[in-house]
Amino acid sequence: MKVNLVKAAPWLVVAGMFLLWELICVGFAVPEFLLPAPSAVWKVGVEQFEPIMMHATQTFITTLAGFAIAVAVGLLIGMAVGSSPLLYRAMYPLLVGFNSIPKVAFVPVLVVWFGIGTVPAILTAFLISFFPVVVNVATGLATLEPELEDVLRSLGASRIDILGKVGLPRAMPYFFASLKVAITLAFVGSVIAETVASNLGIGYLMMSASSSMNMPLVFAGLIVIGVMGVVMYELFAFVEKRMTSWAHRKPDGAA
Amino acid sequence: MSFVKFENVDLAYAPGGALAIQDVSLEVKEGEFVAVVGPSGCGKSTLMKLISGLRMPSGGYVYVDGRQVGGPLKIVGMAFQNSNLLPWRTTLDNVMLPLEIVEPYRSTLKKERVRYEAEARQLLARVGLAGFEDKFPWELSGGMQQRASICRALIHQPRLLMLDEPFGALDAFTREELWCMLRDLWQQQPFTVILVTHDLREAVFLADTVYVMSKRPGRILVRREIELPRPRDLDVTYTDAFAGHVHELREHIGRVRAS
Repeated sequence: MKVNLVKAAPWLVVAGMFLLWELICVGFAVPEFLLPAPSAVWKVGVEQFEPIMMHATQTFITTLAGFAIAVAVGLLIGMAVGSSPLLYRAMYPLLVGFNSIPKVAFVPVLVVWFGIGTVPAILTAFLISFFPVVVNVATGLATLEPELEDVLRSLGASRIDILGKVGLPRAMPYFFASLKVAITLAFVGSVIAETVASNLGIGYLMMSASSSMNMPLVFAGLIVIGVMGVVMYELFAFVEKRMTSWAHRKPDGAA
Repeated sequence: MSFVKFENVDLAYAPGGALAIQDVSLEVKEGEFVAVVGPSGCGKSTLMKLISGLRMPSGGYVYVDGRQVGGPLKIVGMAFQNSNLLPWRTTLDNVMLPLEIVEPYRSTLKKERVRYEAEARQLLARVGLAGFEDKFPWELSGGMQQRASICRALIHQPRLLMLDEPFGALDAFTREELWCMLRDLWQQQPFTVILVTHDLREAVFLADTVYVMSKRPGRILVRREIELPRPRDLDVTYTDAFAGHVHELREHIGRVRAS
């Protein structure tokens, strides 16, 4: 009974939110060009299913491409920064500074460099999502127990040995945790770039819909992004659990 | 000939900084069981780093096996207060870890895996961990983790075992059990042991020779040979001779702390 409630709770909350939203729109007679009711959003979603799907696929692929680059680059920088105190000191201020720049401000630069289209969107998704991967991988590596390092070094282990046998496996829970954050950020990045500089993707769809005051379509776009984000988040949460079950053991000792 | 030899060794962690140990000279024979006791922060762990080659002395010389120590030694096994087992590896795989690093095991591991695994299982059985090989460390009790950790330190058959307060976090009964386990391991297959501890009963029960160190900077104050007959049984800890040794060492430590 309790387990069922726990499982059903997220669905109930979502359903409740849509219900409340519908009631507010109907009850206060909110005009559709301000806030469309969920029923109106649903209607336009069914009507325009194909174009929405086309744009969603574009956004999805763009996001995944940017995310993949972010994971690869994030892993590399994270490994470098996490295993060398010198690099850690040297690179961190730059990385933090870079991460503080709003990426939307950077999109015009990318457009100048690469033109309007998919490339700036991929790069924005990458730029916005690689930082958490770097930080988490670096943290996982840098917090290695000194005694354990001593044990291995006294055996004559090289830095690569220590990284491969202990550092990386130990950093894996941090790494997988960062993927969940990174994938949602990657969606933010690609949609931002699409709204500013693209003629494809959910971001572009929403931009053009709002300029023609088609608010139900704008909201349909928002919901599609949200759904994609949740699905990908859950996927990586699942992968995280599978890959690093040792770090998610129950306190009573059961795996 | 001595197996481990310190000649007037100083160590400062930062160049020109405060000394962690000062003018330490000692000799350990091959096969000897040595305990080093002293107040906390006296540089006992520093001794271990010097012997294993993780640190170079700021002054003086450290010799192991007749050669001056110039880098990590592969003939050394180490275990610490915290078992430091890797939670993503089973007990058996944890014990096998040194074989993945130390030659000649490293290059023959693929071919000889079955044999090495059998050896690891045998070693685990000797410390009473038969049947726990495929459990993960977090499924073991603290005492069992420490047993596994000592197996990991011994799997590559080091000639020198260094233990840094290995039983410090265990309850009194488990600790005495592990004393006997270590005693048996050492008596069945001789290797040199350097045990850092602040438990005087542990030192007297296990060691041939006990060194007392001073407060920082650590110096050797006293060297005592423990001539209690071997094999020693836990009952020996209730004899007057045993109590006499502990008492005497306690007085030295008391003086160090008061000074």
